[in-house]
Amino acid sequence: MDTILKATDLRKNYLKKRALNGVNIELKKGKILGLLGPNGSGKTTFIKIAAGILRSTSGELLIDGQAPGVYTKSIVSYLPDVNYLFKWMRIKDAVDFFNDFYSDFSVEKSKSLLEFMKLNEDDKITSLSKGMLEKLNLALVLSREAKLYIFDEPLGGVDPATRDIIIDAIIKNCNEDTSMIITTHLVRDIERLFDDVAFIFDGEIIIKGDAEELRTKSGKSIDELFREAYQNV
Amino acid sequence: MRGDTSVEFEGNIPIYIQIMDMIKRDIITKKIKEGDKLPSVREMADNLKVNPNTIQRVYQELEREGVTFTQRGMGTFITKDKKVILSLKSEMAKEVIISFIDGIESLGFNEEEIIDTIADYMKRREK
Repeated sequence: MDTILKATDLRKNYLKKRALNGVNIELKKGKILGLLGPNGSGKTTFIKIAAGILRSTSGELLIDGQAPGVYTKSIVSYLPDVNYLFKWMRIKDAVDFFNDFYSDFSVEKSKSLLEFMKLNEDDKITSLSKGMLEKLNLALVLSREAKLYIFDEPLGGVDPATRDIIIDAIIKNCNEDTSMIITTHLVRDIERLFDDVAFIFDGEIIIKGDAEELRTKSGKSIDELFREAYQNV
Repeated sequence: MRGDTSVEFEGNIPIYIQIMDMIKRDIITKKIKEGDKLPSVREMADNLKVNPNTIQRVYQELEREGVTFTQRGMGTFITKDKKVILSLKSEMAKEVIISFIDGIESLGFNEEEIIDTIADYMKRREK
């Protein structure tokens, strides 16, 4: 089967507020999807459902053919947009923590990623800058041999040099067996990574397609299309 | 080939086309020679900071156009066919000329004036 994720008429309500309003997305194996939208558009809600943290109100979401649950959690590696490591930890404790938690965690991979990110095992979590913390979280998430990686705002609040390192690490880790979903509102810096893009607004997908085709058809960059789309709604 | 980390791409042109043009340019200017091996898809994606699928597409399209050929298990190589390389050159020249003519016509020059201006400029440059 070559579809890794498929959402059909996916809906999520928080009491009266509609966070997702019938989302349809399909992601093929080995592809990178950019899920783009302004704050509060439903990106994180969608991703949390895919990561198995939230339940949808209705509709269907299948990952590798299965509904979110134990199996999908074992093949999805998720980078949340908030830090969830404990304050008492040093970097090596965080590595152990991940290693205990996930059977697909590769200590070897984590070592080379930490080195690549120029992070020191003995540093305390509380001593890390925002950019270093982001790099650490990404290194941990990428150290799993997952089928689907989900990154929620991996570039949020980091400086351009760190941004380049993060993008680099993501590229080094993609191959034909792994798929990725990346959410961001900083489209320019990362658009060259995307195979497919989906623009989400108010819980609905308003534009989606192959990134290169969208560029050819419109004569515009994904970033320009993104800005236009949200000016007009 | 290029080891520099920050290759800038135009946003409004598909990235695979820009990379194809880059490689073609390198062939024409002899930075890459006939029969040379291109970096692997992985290496190229790493160097240019783009999605490996994009490089995959670049290599497929170059092969389709006859610019490269693949040897099973060995990699992708630049064609040794001189005709292909010559036609790359004239194709690129055409593009340069078209964009020049578009530019100068928008300044209000007609055909005669364009030719005169170029001839004049080339003559002065010789001195």
